[in-house]
Amino acid sequence: MAQSGFQSFISKDRILTISPPAAANAADPLASVDTLIEGLGSVGYIASRRIATALFMAVKLEKPILVEGSAGVGKTELALSTATLLGLPLIRMQCYEGLDESKALYEWKYGKQLLYTQILKDRMGEALADAPDMDAAMDRLHGMGDLFFSEPFLEPRPLMKALRHDDGCVLLIDEVDKSDEAFEAFLLEVLSAYQVSVPELGVIKAKTPPLVFLTSNNVRDLGDALKRRCLHLHIPLPEAALEERIVAARVPGIEAKLTRELVAFVQTLRTMDLRKSPSISETVDWARALVLLHAGSLAPEVVRDTLNVILKFEQDITAVEPQVVELLHRR
Amino acid sequence: MQHTLEQFFRALRAADVRVSPAEAIDASRAVAVTGYGDRTLFRDALCSTLAKSAEEVDRFESVFESFFSRDAVGMPPPSASEQGEPSEEDMAATESSPLAQAVLQGDNAQIQQSMEEAAARAGVADIRLSTQRSRLTRRLLEEMGLEEIERIIANARRMPNGEGQGLADRLDQARRDLFTEAQRYVARQHDLYAAGSARELREERLAKKQLNADGGVDPVDYQLMQALVKKMAKRLATKYARRRRAAQKGHLDVRKTLRRSMAHGGIPFQIEWKVKKIDRPSIVAICDVSKSVAAAAQFLLTFLYSLNEVVDRMDAFAFSGRLISVNDVLDDNAVEGAILKVLQEIGFQQTDYGRSLQDFAEQHLDSLDRRTTVIFLGDGRSNFADPRLDIMRQIHDRSRAVIWLNPEPESYWGQGDSVMNRYARFCHVAKQCGTIEQLERIIDDVLRSYVPH
Repeated sequence: MAQSGFQSFISKDRILTISPPAAANAADPLASVDTLIEGLGSVGYIASRRIATALFMAVKLEKPILVEGSAGVGKTELALSTATLLGLPLIRMQCYEGLDESKALYEWKYGKQLLYTQILKDRMGEALADAPDMDAAMDRLHGMGDLFFSEPFLEPRPLMKALRHDDGCVLLIDEVDKSDEAFEAFLLEVLSAYQVSVPELGVIKAKTPPLVFLTSNNVRDLGDALKRRCLHLHIPLPEAALEERIVAARVPGIEAKLTRELVAFVQTLRTMDLRKSPSISETVDWARALVLLHAGSLAPEVVRDTLNVILKFEQDITAVEPQVVELLHRR
Repeated sequence: MQHTLEQFFRALRAADVRVSPAEAIDASRAVAVTGYGDRTLFRDALCSTLAKSAEEVDRFESVFESFFSRDAVGMPPPSASEQGEPSEEDMAATESSPLAQAVLQGDNAQIQQSMEEAAARAGVADIRLSTQRSRLTRRLLEEMGLEEIERIIANARRMPNGEGQGLADRLDQARRDLFTEAQRYVARQHDLYAAGSARELREERLAKKQLNADGGVDPVDYQLMQALVKKMAKRLATKYARRRRAAQKGHLDVRKTLRRSMAHGGIPFQIEWKVKKIDRPSIVAICDVSKSVAAAAQFLLTFLYSLNEVVDRMDAFAFSGRLISVNDVLDDNAVEGAILKVLQEIGFQQTDYGRSLQDFAEQHLDSLDRRTTVIFLGDGRSNFADPRLDIMRQIHDRSRAVIWLNPEPESYWGQGDSVMNRYARFCHVAKQCGTIEQLERIIDDVLRSYVPH
């Protein structure tokens, strides 16, 4: 059965057309890839089919999703929009070099612990006063020690918070490539089993696995072990049509003509050899700036004045500035 | 179906997309969710579970396209079609061979199916080397039942009055077409499954090739070598970065905390943490690009370039007659451009080690300190000029380690104009390094033992 379905699928001339699953609940954005695209659109994220498919698979297979792409193509935004769409709380963890488990998972409130010991000093003295010998006093002290390593002294950090959300949540591990390898290895347990082991408390396991997004700018190559546990999604710079839709969705009240012109201009810039090509966020910022300036269309002066919004390096600006008129005409 | 997926994974592996069993399981689960109905959905789902980087996505797509769009057998219509359907007698004569009938009727779907079945029996997908192609083509045709067709042709030719002649000619033509088709099919299977192993073989051979041998690296292999060197540099850098980063642990520094709390009557308002100071290591690489090492120069520069990409603090120099800093060139250009620029600027002149060392000493000796590792890449052939051993000694005394990698074998050192033996006294390590494999091993040792971590 599956065999015949497959055969007809691979020969191009006889593609089986399977109707989309009927009676899909329109309210459920996770019913199919199409409803997911629609749902993301309704919260202001224009997703390409590939993005939506990867997200769809991540939810269905309960796997983390690793989003790669150059800065500003909407990696973080995807996680934010998904959280909004699914109505789940978003927990965000920004990675940086030197990030370790005490900042990512949990920490003991040392200050509070020490302060309490000080305050309870007299009480402890009393409790230990009638101990017949040193051994007995030590035994009692051991009993008290556990008091200080209990819930009230525990400071949960993003990962533990995410695992403790019983109704599920969206966990965004931002720029995971900036953390060091030791931390990456530490993440493996969290990502594959959705649990962590805390020596003093035991294993903490999520009731509902959080939907995990990891983003990476390719500062360094991630380990294979981490990649293997994730679905991979690479977000490229968008094509003109898609970018126009994104600008229209993000900048309400922008004129269609201006959108078309500025997207075309940005697309031309991307073909040039620049240190940092403008990405979607720069296009959107630029569109906002132009709307604020009441620019109805792209005039060379306006472009020159606002180049610093899309180009982030002095060399890039000096390289582009003299060519603005030519670039505007080239389209 | 599972079998087809497995074949697809094999094709992916051949194209250098790593597919581990776990990923294969994920892919199968993904396919169970998507089904086979929607080609784009099917492809995207597989892609997100299997391809793990932007380059792998590209390779995945090209493999997917060629694997799942197997072009139907494009046999030219049999010449009999001019006369309409094949005649009753022809069909009767070919009764014993379904293949012959399919050919005469121009039933491409039937031929295709028979070819795929025959391919499975003949084990065409197990192809490893391009030399296996003709043998596998032959076997494929045999499995399809070509012998039967040949027998029919022979019979038809023997028929009296040449009445079987038309049939024989048509079948003969069809046989040739079939042969072309089978060849194409096998070639495609080779591209899908064996291209990777051929590349591996070439890479392996190249890694062991003496780079300073006559002619140096074959221009054909040049790009491959660059990729290989880059891979190697990256591997080393990751390993070495891991050693360098001693993570700052979240441990309480009790002594410091208690000490600070004295100010508040013993109540610890401020917590102190243990901090580990990490030395930032640095590397100075000095590369000979003169005539005597012409063949190896490109290779050494490629290595320098890759090292520069992966080590954060590196100063790179190139010299033949004089010495220049090439940091900017390496930073600002792509690898081919950078190498070309360096060679244009300073390459292939007469070597003068003494002069170059003096240049280095004048401009950069001050930047050497106990954290610096100096790596020389060169043959130590100084054209009988003063080797300036005094400067070499200074470099040795100031830096943490001096490593000399020489493309010539040790037995040549000190012969002719080589002053390698005299330099070697001021090196912590002086080794022959003629192949990429040797280079990787040595640099690995160097990074482990001579770079602070």
